[in-house]
Amino acid sequence: MFVVIMTGFFIANENFLSARNIRIVMGITPEYIIVAIGIAILMISGEFDLSVGSVFALVPMTMVQLVHQGIPPWVAIALGLSIGIAVGFVNGFITLRFGIPSFIATLGMLYIARSLTTVATGGFPPPFPHELPNELFVFQFEVFRASLFWMLGVAFITGIMLHRSNLGNWIYSTGGDTAAASSMGIKTNNVKMFCFILCGFLAGFAGMIQTFRIEAPLPSQGYLLELESIAAAVIGGVSLFGGVGTIFGAAIGAILIRFLESGIIMARIDAEWFRAGLGSLIIISVVFNTWVVRRGENMVHKNQAEENQNSSQNNESVTESKDE
Amino acid sequence: MSNENIIECKDLNKYYSGVHALKNLSLKIKKDSVVGLIGDNGAGKSTLIKILSGAHSPDSGQIYFEGNEVKFKSTKEAMNLGIETIYQYSALIPQMSIARNIFIGREQTTFSLGSIGLMKTKSMDKAAMDALNDVELHLRSPDTPVNQLSGGERQGVVIARAMYFKSKVLILDEPTNHLSVKETNKVLRFVEGLKKQGVTSIFITHNLSHVYPIADHLCVMARGEKIADLAKEDTNIDELTDLLVNG
Repeated sequence: MFVVIMTGFFIANENFLSARNIRIVMGITPEYIIVAIGIAILMISGEFDLSVGSVFALVPMTMVQLVHQGIPPWVAIALGLSIGIAVGFVNGFITLRFGIPSFIATLGMLYIARSLTTVATGGFPPPFPHELPNELFVFQFEVFRASLFWMLGVAFITGIMLHRSNLGNWIYSTGGDTAAASSMGIKTNNVKMFCFILCGFLAGFAGMIQTFRIEAPLPSQGYLLELESIAAAVIGGVSLFGGVGTIFGAAIGAILIRFLESGIIMARIDAEWFRAGLGSLIIISVVFNTWVVRRGENMVHKNQAEENQNSSQNNESVTESKDE
Repeated sequence: MSNENIIECKDLNKYYSGVHALKNLSLKIKKDSVVGLIGDNGAGKSTLIKILSGAHSPDSGQIYFEGNEVKFKSTKEAMNLGIETIYQYSALIPQMSIARNIFIGREQTTFSLGSIGLMKTKSMDKAAMDALNDVELHLRSPDTPVNQLSGGERQGVVIARAMYFKSKVLILDEPTNHLSVKETNKVLRFVEGLKKQGVTSIFITHNLSHVYPIADHLCVMARGEKIADLAKEDTNIDELTDLLVNG
C-alpha cells in the first residue's frame, strides 16, 4: 500500500520524490513516529492514550516557561520530560486503580493537559529561549534533521524491548489475554503502567523536538495528534484489541500519513482533502488487514474440519477404544 | 504409581459470601497417579482446584505437599513448587507463537538487568519443539500462532509447557470440554504420557467417560463434599454414574 501511494503521488507530481520534498517531509516525520511508537506499545498492551496530543504541547511549554524563570536549560528539559512521565503515571493509575476504560481516563487527561498548557502560556505564547540546546535535536543536515537519529534511536531501543526482550513478551501477553497472562504469573498491571509511562514520556519528548524545530512554543501544538497517532498505529497493523502490532508497522503508518499530506499538496489538490484521504486510508488498511487475517483463519479451520471428518470414521467413542 | 502421597488435604473448608462451597474435604493423592475428580456443576470441584493451585486460600484446613504443610499466597508460589494448573480457557495467548506462549513469564534471557533481559529466541524455539515432541505433539514450527491450532493441540501445548518446567502435579480443569472425539483422544493420550514421565495429574471433568479409561483413582464430589473416593479396580462405570446422578 505504501508503494502504491508513493507511486501515485510521484506520477501526479514528479517533484514528490525530489530531495527537497523528502527533506521537508523527513524533517517533520520523526516527531510523529516517536508518538506513534509510544501509542503502538500501549495499544499492544491493551490500553489507549488520548492525551498524547496535549502532552505533546504541555511538556515543551513547561520547558520554555521554566527557562524563562531562570532555570538551567538541561534541568528544564529533565523537569519537562518528567511531566510527560507523570501524566503517563496518572493515566495508568486512574485506569488501573479504578478499573475504568483508559479511553475515558485519558480523554479526561486530554482536556486537563491542554488546559494546563494554555494556562502556562499566561495568555500569549512566550518567545523561544535560545539557551535551549535545540541544535542537538533538530540540526538540519543535507537531507535529514538530527531528529531522525533520535527517532531511529527510540525505534531501535523500543524495538529491541518489544520484540527481543522478555518485557516485550509480557507486553504482548498482557494485551493478548490479561487473565491468561496473570495466571502465568505476569504482573499485568505493572506492565500496563510501564506502557502508560513510556507513552507519556515519548509524547513529551516528541513535542519537545517539534518546539525546538519551529522555535515557537504554541499552546495548540499537537491538536488532534492523539487520533492521528492511533491512526498511524492502526494503519501499521496494531490491533485495537491489544496483543498485535510492531514498532516498524507503527513507524510506516506515521510516515504514510505525512507523505499522504505532502502528496496531496504536491498534486495541487485542495489541502482540505487531506483528512478525507487519511480517513479513507484508515478504513482501507483496517479492512485489508482484517481480510488477510480472516483468510488465514478460514484456511486453518477448513483443514481442521477435513481432518476431523476423515478421522471420525475410524474412531469409535473414547471409552470403548481405551477400555480394550 | 507409588504409595507415597504427593498431596494431602485435611478438612478443607471454604465459604464464598455465606455459601459453604467446600465442606470438610480431605483427600490423598498418590504420586504418579491420574486422579479423576468428577462431579456435576456446583459440586465444589473448581473451589478445590483454586485452593490447590494457590489462587484462593482455604478458610480452614491444611494442605501437605510431599509431606510438608504449604500455604500458597499466589499461583506463582504453587508453580514454583511444581503444581501447575491448566484452566480451560485462559492458559494461552491466541495471537502469540507457540514458543513465546510456552515461556510466558519464564523466558530464557541473557544480558539481563534485574528481571528484564534479551530473550534467547533460538534456544527457546528449540526447547519448545523438544517439549512438544516429548508429549508426542508434532507441529511444524514454534513460530505458529496458537490461534491456528486445534483445541486438542492447544491443550497439548499447555501440557508440554507444564512438562518442560518439571511440574510434579498437573491440574487439568475440564481439558476435554468442547473438543471433538478425535481431539479428546489426543488430550487423553497426553495425560497418559504424563504418568509415564512421573507426573501426577488431577483431571477435573463432569464427563465420566472421558476420565474413566485413564484414571487410577476416582473421586466424586457433590454439594461441596467428597461423596466417594475409590480406586478404579474397586468400582465400575455404572456405580460411578449412579453416584454422579443421585449423589
